[in-house]
Amino acid sequence: MSLVKNVTPAAEAVVAPTRRQRAALASPRRAPSRWISTAALVLIGVAFLVPLAWILLSAFDPAATVGIKIPEDATFDNFSSVFTVDQTLRPLWNSTVISLGTAVITVAVSVLAAYPLSRYQMRFRRSFLYGILFATCLPITAMMVPVYSLFVYLNLLDSVPGTIFFMAATSLPMAIWMTKNFMDSVPISLEEAAWVDGASAMRALVRIVLPLMRPGIAVVFIFVFTMAWGNFFVPFVLLYSPEHQPAAVAIFNFFGTYGSVAYGKLAAFSILYATPVLVLYLLVQKLSGGSFAMAGAVKG
Amino acid sequence: MVDVALKPRAGRGRGTTTRPRARRGFGRKVLPLVPAVALLIVFLAGPIGYSLYGSLTNTALTGYKAANPDFIGFDNYTELFASPDFWKSVWLTVLFVGASAVIGQNVLGMLLALVSRSAAKPLRAVVGGLVVTAWVLPEIVAAFALYAFFSTDGTLNAVLGWFGIDETTWLISFPMFAVIVANIWRGTAFSMLVYNAALAEVPPEISEAAEIDGAGPVQRFFRITLPMIRRSISTNLMLTTLQTLGVFTLIWVMTGGGPGTNSSTLPVLAYQEAFKFSQVGYGTAIATVTLAVGAIFSIVYIKALKPEVD
Repeated sequence: MSLVKNVTPAAEAVVAPTRRQRAALASPRRAPSRWISTAALVLIGVAFLVPLAWILLSAFDPAATVGIKIPEDATFDNFSSVFTVDQTLRPLWNSTVISLGTAVITVAVSVLAAYPLSRYQMRFRRSFLYGILFATCLPITAMMVPVYSLFVYLNLLDSVPGTIFFMAATSLPMAIWMTKNFMDSVPISLEEAAWVDGASAMRALVRIVLPLMRPGIAVVFIFVFTMAWGNFFVPFVLLYSPEHQPAAVAIFNFFGTYGSVAYGKLAAFSILYATPVLVLYLLVQKLSGGSFAMAGAVKG
Repeated sequence: MVDVALKPRAGRGRGTTTRPRARRGFGRKVLPLVPAVALLIVFLAGPIGYSLYGSLTNTALTGYKAANPDFIGFDNYTELFASPDFWKSVWLTVLFVGASAVIGQNVLGMLLALVSRSAAKPLRAVVGGLVVTAWVLPEIVAAFALYAFFSTDGTLNAVLGWFGIDETTWLISFPMFAVIVANIWRGTAFSMLVYNAALAEVPPEISEAAEIDGAGPVQRFFRITLPMIRRSISTNLMLTTLQTLGVFTLIWVMTGGGPGTNSSTLPVLAYQEAFKFSQVGYGTAIATVTLAVGAIFSIVYIKALKPEVD
């Protein structure tokens, strides 16, 4: 790990003259170390690029295989042939319904829950928050077998609302945790002014706190939406009829049925399915930068 | 799990004087928590409770025993702990978590964070972007890409072919190697982001002072940087361990747990037992064990690191 070095020119300037000689002696070593770190980074970058590039190149290659290669004649054929109602449109619509439903329920419920946790002293507040943190850590996917049994018992199998509620509950601990942290950074003094003017707590929450933490809410919303959008295991176990299945499951079934012959179509479908998530991630990057500026809402 | 980077650091808003008077305290304080608690009880505590109970029955997937399971006490666990398949799966899970999360993602994430600091900015941005894309991608898409990569006619064998190395059937001969590398590919971004943030907070003066005193780069890293970010390291180790413990999709798509049960970690084995062999009670017992392991790790994490809840 001889690659660490964060000596700035300014720091070298303050080094005493006797030491300076030493720094000069050491500096020739730095050039190769920079070279090594660049080489290492390029190598790692290529290793991460190859599987991603395979998806991209195969999607435009009508004769794609599992091996990566530049398409001989790049076309949109793969996209146009998977772009049918049964193949992609309905699964993508189902994904949208499930993810939006999950995100709306989760955000609404966690905003409500985060408010008293952020604003009031309560006897059980600390233990509640530790419980939430504990639930955040649990490997929920390990639980799908008992969840399946529970859904059989509740007669909720193959029910989209049932799946939405389950996904909302599993993302709730993380969402409450994040929402509370965002809410904590909204100064209480604005609400106090509203309280003095006779506004109720709920009114203060809706009129003052929520508008101030809009970027934070958007981050939580997108986070939950993305998790639900990418979730394969939960709908795979809980939804069995094709009319209800989201894109993650449809893509898996498509692979099972045509897997060995239609890699190009699989890749095209994958791109259609993955793009929204990548766009949303970029949006979060933008928003989370903005959320730090919230403290500016109070002056003086 | 993006919140590591997102958590606002700004000070708490509370601490000043007036707040709504405590009358109607119940309505203000407890009522807003009701929907959250209800959802958590029905859909989170419910399955956990059901899991504990179900593992004590001989529930089947279909047929008579599906609707009218018998209570068989700890028979599932006795059978489980006596089964070589279970212990094999425990070993595979330890191997998977240890090699891909604890060693792979952590070391590679740290390496990326360190190397990026001294690399040219455009290169750093491009490589960081690629690593994060692999992580943001839906799991099933990542799984397909890596399935293709490790396939017999896939890119890995093609590259090795340039060096005159014969084709290997990676997914059949070395399924654990394939899924471990796949999980490193998929999950390293998280560790990288955590360590990027942690390293940015180490004041450069201390490292510089050590350099002036004659400490080499290796010494500086192990004696100064590592101890200063040890909290981030333990948090990250714990979180990646817990995430990796629950990985199902990646393994399911790439190898299906196979060949045989040669890459069945505990979540995959639970699924196979319940839905392939219709032993729901038995599968539930495996799920319960996995959950218990996760719960123990979580408690250790919370106890040892005492994350601030205020």
